[in-house]
Amino acid sequence: MESSRRKFIKIAGISALGLGVKPVFNVFASSEEHGRKSEIKKSKDALTAEQWGMVIDTRKLTTAEDVEPIINACNKIHNIPDHQNKNHEIKWIWEEEYEHAFPGKENKYLNERIEHLPFLVLCNQCEDPPCCRACPTKATFQREDGIVMMDFHRCIGCRFCMAACPYGSRSFNFRDPRPFIKEKNNEFPTRMKGVVEKCNFCAERLAVGKKPACVEASNGAIAFGDLGDPGSEVRELLRENYTIRRKQGLGTGPSVYYIV
Amino acid sequence: MNDKNKIVIGLIIFVVILTFPFWYNMGKAAPVPEPKLTDKAKAAKECIESKEFMKSEHMQILDVWRDTVVRDTDRIYVSSSGKEFDMSLSNTCLDCHSNKEEFCDKCHDYASADPYCWDCHVDNPKEKK
Repeated sequence: MESSRRKFIKIAGISALGLGVKPVFNVFASSEEHGRKSEIKKSKDALTAEQWGMVIDTRKLTTAEDVEPIINACNKIHNIPDHQNKNHEIKWIWEEEYEHAFPGKENKYLNERIEHLPFLVLCNQCEDPPCCRACPTKATFQREDGIVMMDFHRCIGCRFCMAACPYGSRSFNFRDPRPFIKEKNNEFPTRMKGVVEKCNFCAERLAVGKKPACVEASNGAIAFGDLGDPGSEVRELLRENYTIRRKQGLGTGPSVYYIV
Repeated sequence: MNDKNKIVIGLIIFVVILTFPFWYNMGKAAPVPEPKLTDKAKAAKECIESKEFMKSEHMQILDVWRDTVVRDTDRIYVSSSGKEFDMSLSNTCLDCHSNKEEFCDKCHDYASADPYCWDCHVDNPKEKK
């Protein structure tokens, strides 16, 4: 009698445990099933490169009227706000004088054409980007194709990257940019107050097989391609023309070249 | 127990105050909201995955999407039924679910979830301004 009661309690206990555990197993089984089937991949049209680069032919961009449509094309598709206050200005690609774009290269007596030429400047997508080293959250990072990207989800707005960038290519959103966007492009997100932004070499366009907006708007004055491919258009241009880069002595390895 | 009455009255008042929020709000609980589907979403029959899966996992999916799109440059999601989708909140999700107030906000407000997606991502891509 003693031993059979003992047995009964044992069996009852194990059964209760089994019944209690079953729903938990069901949950795990179903979630794993869902996770396995789907996959994530690149688009077939996506453009790829070892190191994206740009060659800007300043001989073809001689007046402010030449560069304005290029700047506007970028501003429009990336929802860049137009703050009237200079302190709040957001810049991805903009126009700069020679002496400001190339400090250290300005001579006392300068070629007249060069002196007043509007140079288009943007993020140089450096090979060894100092901004990425400064970022404490890895919100800015270098992709495998050389593009220096911003992950706005991670940016905490510390602005170390702005201090680290020797080209002033980064802008901080001191205010909510949304009310200052003239024409909204609904296909591209805006930014929020408190994040740093900059040119992304149109990563969103490369992903669907299009060249950057500034290249498209430049009527051939800006060439874009793979610096790692000796047969590419940019490498061809670099072979045939004398080019300069911004502050290359700093060792950041800018990927934007200028034919002067 | 000389102050029996006082203690009992005090206890009753204490219990009444303690349970006040419960009986005051009795029967007033907001009904669980049912998100409304647009005609386009209805016509599609199924989202990128099954309804149950989307209900419980959409936040994880979006979290994976944002990381893979921004950091790994992969932008195509192949669902378990083999269909391909562009991994974009504004351009894919909100293309069907273009009624954010009726679809997203209803449940988020009820659950007191306050995602900051819309600080940057355009919340109504079809809207013309």
